[in-house]
Amino acid sequence: MTRLFAALAIMMSAIAAQAEEVTTYTLENGMEVVVIEDNRAPVVVHMLWYKVGSADEPVGASGVAHFLEHLLFKATDVLESGEFSSIVAANGGSDNAFTSYDYTAYFQRVASDRLELMMQMESNRMNNLRITADDVETERQVVLEERNQRTENNPNALAREQFRAALFQNHRYGVPIIGWKHEMEQLDLQDALDFYDLYYAPNNAILVVAGDVKPDEVLALAEQYYGVIPPEDQLPVRERPQEPPQRAERRITYVDARVSQPYVTRTYLAPERDPGAQTEAAALVYLAELLGGSPFTSAMGQALQFDTQTAIYTNASYSGSWLDDATFSVAIVPAEGVTLSEAETAMDDVITAFMESDIDPARMESIRTQLRASEIYALDNVQGLAQRYGAALTQSLTVEDVQAWPEVLQAVTPEDIMAVAAKVFNRDQSVTGWVVANQEEAR
Amino acid sequence: MLRFIIALCLTIGATTARAEIDIQEVTSPGGINAWVVEEPSIPFVALELRFRGGASLDLPGKRGATNLMTALLEEGSGDMSAQEFQSTLEDLAASISFQASDDVVSISARFLTENKEEVIALLRQALLEPRFDQEALDRVRAQVLSGIASDAKNPNAISSAVFNAAAYGDHPYGSSSDGTVESVEALTQQDMIDAHRNALVRDRIYVSVVGDTTAETVGALLDDLLGDLPQDGPPLPDYVAYDLEPGITVVDFDNPQSVALFGHRGMKRDDDDFFAAVIVNRVLGAGGFESRLMTEVREKRGLTYGIRSFLIPRDHAEVMLGSVASSNETIAEAIEVTRNEWALMAEEGMSAEELAVAKTYMTGEYPLRFDGNAEIAKIMVGMQMVGLTPDYVTNRNDFVEAVTLEDVNRVAAELLQPENLHFVVVGKPVGLESTP
Repeated sequence: MTRLFAALAIMMSAIAAQAEEVTTYTLENGMEVVVIEDNRAPVVVHMLWYKVGSADEPVGASGVAHFLEHLLFKATDVLESGEFSSIVAANGGSDNAFTSYDYTAYFQRVASDRLELMMQMESNRMNNLRITADDVETERQVVLEERNQRTENNPNALAREQFRAALFQNHRYGVPIIGWKHEMEQLDLQDALDFYDLYYAPNNAILVVAGDVKPDEVLALAEQYYGVIPPEDQLPVRERPQEPPQRAERRITYVDARVSQPYVTRTYLAPERDPGAQTEAAALVYLAELLGGSPFTSAMGQALQFDTQTAIYTNASYSGSWLDDATFSVAIVPAEGVTLSEAETAMDDVITAFMESDIDPARMESIRTQLRASEIYALDNVQGLAQRYGAALTQSLTVEDVQAWPEVLQAVTPEDIMAVAAKVFNRDQSVTGWVVANQEEAR
Repeated sequence: MLRFIIALCLTIGATTARAEIDIQEVTSPGGINAWVVEEPSIPFVALELRFRGGASLDLPGKRGATNLMTALLEEGSGDMSAQEFQSTLEDLAASISFQASDDVVSISARFLTENKEEVIALLRQALLEPRFDQEALDRVRAQVLSGIASDAKNPNAISSAVFNAAAYGDHPYGSSSDGTVESVEALTQQDMIDAHRNALVRDRIYVSVVGDTTAETVGALLDDLLGDLPQDGPPLPDYVAYDLEPGITVVDFDNPQSVALFGHRGMKRDDDDFFAAVIVNRVLGAGGFESRLMTEVREKRGLTYGIRSFLIPRDHAEVMLGSVASSNETIAEAIEVTRNEWALMAEEGMSAEELAVAKTYMTGEYPLRFDGNAEIAKIMVGMQMVGLTPDYVTNRNDFVEAVTLEDVNRVAAELLQPENLHFVVVGKPVGLESTP
């Protein structure tokens, strides 16, 4: 088996030279432009990312970032309500938008010869929205129904909301993106407009265009449509309330009759990818894989699903894509007859054993190989590449950081992993959640 | 080696964007057919395999056998245990997924060009020499049972289960392909062997390959990969006539928002009017923000986050469905508006402008689908399963363009039957009760 690894490593380092073709510009008004060329199909993805998300909302107005995202599909000075999407569809394209803690993004996927029209419309709604009180009334009902669908109807989503609120003691990452229901009900036109006027500006935006395009043509169009918009001079420095030192483990039992299968999760605070400093985050990617990635080969999968039948499902997960603190999570769904406390103990035993042993070099190489290959597979999905750049650039990373990331991942050592694991597995910075249908299951 | 290769150079979407994909049809010496697109620019290959039949081939009393068997294909084969098989695959940075549904067993593989031979050998081993070890059977069975328990408390799964049971009764479409707690608990190794023998057969194979390989290479490996499977399997189930009385079924469930699934009979995929029906469906409820249902129920009234309709031609039945979720207090209004829109489209049809807008979207969007190896492979295997030929990619937009206003409005009147809609509503809907 070891020979195979060596052969693979050599073969794929030859391939690794192949990467997406990226060109970047900064317009005079401060707007960043990223162009990713892929000429395989006559398609372009046009994405506009604003460096503002739910964690930037004013206290008491949770949900306004996402609410505003909905309202951006209403009228502008030249477009009627709903006309934006109608025009995209009439051109054979599709469009949508999404809001997260750190960003709000709008995108269209169209034939590449329609790029100019998309820029014309997207740049128009950066400054010229004409929302009415009626729009606000109706759309607030829509987002409340969205919250019903995503959260109120879903016991696991409600549990996650409780756990996050407990994990973050000061940071707005503890408030749900969609908003707390009682605050969503109070959002009004002025809340939306205040947020829009302050944050929707070229010097707070990143344009990502990916697909069958020429970079210089994209730049010319970007200058024509976005370059003429004046920057916002009141844009606040993006410094959000940070976590204090956390000094006590938190434990929560969430009881909901709609839970079909009791389970345990634990979420720890963890370092995120930072500009020029991505090694800890890269090591955490390995840690998640080693501990609870594949159920067949990870430490938790082997110990709890194969060597013993303690669990029907185990998982460890981590993403470094955050402006502020990231999280590292582990979870276990116990097998029939295993209590939650037995399951939690078994999970902790695996973590303890992991911390006391050496990392198997073969597993290490296997993960390294998979990460390298995932860069090749990623080239098949140009929208995925666009999202990678858009998200990173709203989270303070640079294009260089994005491009260095695959190599940072390749350079991770077992020592890096053990060091970051020792730092992250601190129960004083964690929330342990039990999710059960009734009190009898909470044992 | 190859009996013949047909190469067609296809230009699609002549009205708007133009995409060129070169679909080559290959038949192996042993008679296995595949569609191949050579795309050498990224050094990997996407492969899609389909076996028609799927969970509908479950034997009497063995509901869930095909699903469990398919899940076990990655859980040990040849001389490898589940963990050995998966760790070998991981070391090769390849993925193979196995999935059973009502009419099909689907296998999707993705692998680097350089590892092609090793991965194909592993796939062959999984398809031809699965072990169905008792240990793996019991472990995966517990996962399936957990999924069944989750579905029993999931309003969307409940609405599907209730609707399908009422519409199709004892036909396989009338129950979940996962099986029931009782049927899954009783499944044995022999049941896995039987399900494998019945579901994975040569006469029902469809293959597509896209990526850094050649048609010649694919043609040469098909017999090795699939040639030793049994030639044919048991008969597919009979056609089942949709048989659900109009009305409302309320399923009590303690949620703040009610979930509604509704429908009536649909249209066969090979019907001459199918494209007209697709356009009717798009304008009524499948056109995203542009559809009438979305405009009336969401945009104007704020009654839902999403509503849509679906035209679903399956192998042995066809149905037109819709779904909407709205607060318990407002679901009755959402249903009333839906019913009215259904009736309005049936009675008055659509305008010439609505037809034109729908056609522009459909013809413009079509070439944009072909934008990745994995995407193209999935489209091609789907085309084969519904009996299309490669030149469909070229002609498809002409079929859309050929539909007239008279066609869509005649089809709307025939297809849409507001009086025959049956609504399954899961929640605590205010002002709605089950019809007798």
